[in-house]
Amino acid sequence: MLMKIWIEKQKHLIDFTLASLARRKGKNLGLLFIYGLLVFVLASVALYTHALRTEAQKVLAGTPEIVLQRLVAGRHDLIPPGYIEKIGRIRGVQKKEGRLWGYYYDSVVKANYTFMAPRDMKVERGEIIVGPALERSRGLATGNGISFRSYSGELHTFIVADVLPQSSELVSADLVLMHEEDFRAFFKYPDGHYTDVAMSVANPQEIRNVALKLMDALPDSRPILRDEVLRTYASVFDWREGIMLALLSAAILAFGIFAWEKAAGLSAEEKREIGILKAIGWETGDVIKMKFWEGLLISLLAFLLGYVAAYLHVFHFNSLLFEPVLKGWAVLYPRFTLTPHIDGLQVATMFFFTVFPYTAAVLVPIWRAATTDPDTVMRS
Amino acid sequence: MIELTSIHKAFNQGKHNEYWALAGIDLAIPEKQVTALRGPSGSGKTTLLTILGCLARPTEGRVRLRGEDISGLPERFLTEIRRQTFGFIFQQFNLIRGLSAIENVVLPAYPTGRPRKALLEKAEALLADVDLAHRREAKVEWLSGGEQQRVAICRALINDPEALIADEPTANLDTKLAGEFLGILESLADKGRTIILTSHDPLVIESDVVNVIVTLRDGKIVEQ
Repeated sequence: MLMKIWIEKQKHLIDFTLASLARRKGKNLGLLFIYGLLVFVLASVALYTHALRTEAQKVLAGTPEIVLQRLVAGRHDLIPPGYIEKIGRIRGVQKKEGRLWGYYYDSVVKANYTFMAPRDMKVERGEIIVGPALERSRGLATGNGISFRSYSGELHTFIVADVLPQSSELVSADLVLMHEEDFRAFFKYPDGHYTDVAMSVANPQEIRNVALKLMDALPDSRPILRDEVLRTYASVFDWREGIMLALLSAAILAFGIFAWEKAAGLSAEEKREIGILKAIGWETGDVIKMKFWEGLLISLLAFLLGYVAAYLHVFHFNSLLFEPVLKGWAVLYPRFTLTPHIDGLQVATMFFFTVFPYTAAVLVPIWRAATTDPDTVMRS
Repeated sequence: MIELTSIHKAFNQGKHNEYWALAGIDLAIPEKQVTALRGPSGSGKTTLLTILGCLARPTEGRVRLRGEDISGLPERFLTEIRRQTFGFIFQQFNLIRGLSAIENVVLPAYPTGRPRKALLEKAEALLADVDLAHRREAKVEWLSGGEQQRVAICRALINDPEALIADEPTANLDTKLAGEFLGILESLADKGRTIILTSHDPLVIESDVVNVIVTLRDGKIVEQ
């Protein structure tokens, strides 16, 4: 019975709250719009960077645990013949192989490509396999021929044998895969030399030890761990997210002031209403509950609208608005659809930092107004 | 019904602008009667009314409702007593703008948790009693002064209180509307409600509806 009365009472309070919200339509719709916009922007940045990070992690999962580079005067240099053999047998290293890759500037589209001679993929001589961005920018299709002028001035012609799948576009957008001999001929790469050495280590606990042993055996080398690359990616994304948030901080602050003003500054009309409600038999608690519902409804609705809009923006419209800031680090922008990914903790954090402060901001002045003596209404 | 014993009420107590609105009131409000408080501005009528209606607590003195001392009760209990026992009609009506007449009427019943359907039925019946059934969905700001007061009366009655408290109920009404108000007052008194009102309108004070007249001056009762 008591429960029924309680529920009925809450229903009345919500009814009244909805009626109150409808009475101040202009003010509340404005608040809802700005509030929702803020959640939208924050959630877009968060969803986007989070999805990018997840994507990068997924992609990098298949890369070697350690990449060994040789340094001359602190700069990356080629791996000379016999260098790999010098490493000898290190326990834990399952495979070590030299890799061949380099950058090529294509003046036609004013973009850099990554040329690579893959080990795990067979490419015939005179053929290339290109990334999706290249396919788009040069209008290539399987079977087409394309010529690149090498750094030595010679023109090399290749036939496109295949185009890499879209799903790997984040890392393969500007990739050109070719036969080892074609690669060496194109860049005049000396025989037996490699760009770097890729190593796979089965036990993740062993990776650091292997890296230390490598530095002992080859003091002029620099081992790069996959974890470090992942961390670098993460920090690049964090950095971009940070820039975005810094740019947004003025907007966030403006919203904060706006929300505080709206929430904290009770109008004379609202104060009068609270006085009336108290005089006609509402308890302080009822008034606070009613305003609590009001704050919660607005902030919850704004949060839901903002978050759903952000989800659509990021995963269906490819982050149209923030793409240039968040995505671009190559001239050939990868075009890819992110896998929708929502992180519970992230949602909770955002919820806490948007819904909670507003609801709290609403309650403080209400509490103050609601605890005034009910007889004041007789004297107004 | 209500007994006041040596009631004093101070505002801004302990400050330089301390002001004693009531200075020793002993009064018994009879049940099922119409009691009118009269006196010049600043005589303490409204303050006394707020204490009688449990809207405020006295600074000194005792308030007994049906023999029970309620002067020391915390606000929550006082609110509950106020809701169950009194209905209020304010001088400015104090309706909530933007809400319809019927929504205004049911407002005092929300904290009771009574089902909405029952509340609306009761409100409709009350509005019909004062010939306002046709205006039930009208926003209160569209209503005339007289209509607004009738809505305020219905609101005061929604919780079926034992007593009605009205502060200067005819101050904003012309003679015709004041006459209508007295008519409603009479029918309420006939149904056995206790009514306490303040007024300095001779139309009210001299009407037959009023059973007891209490005259105040400078926070004291000078005539009863």
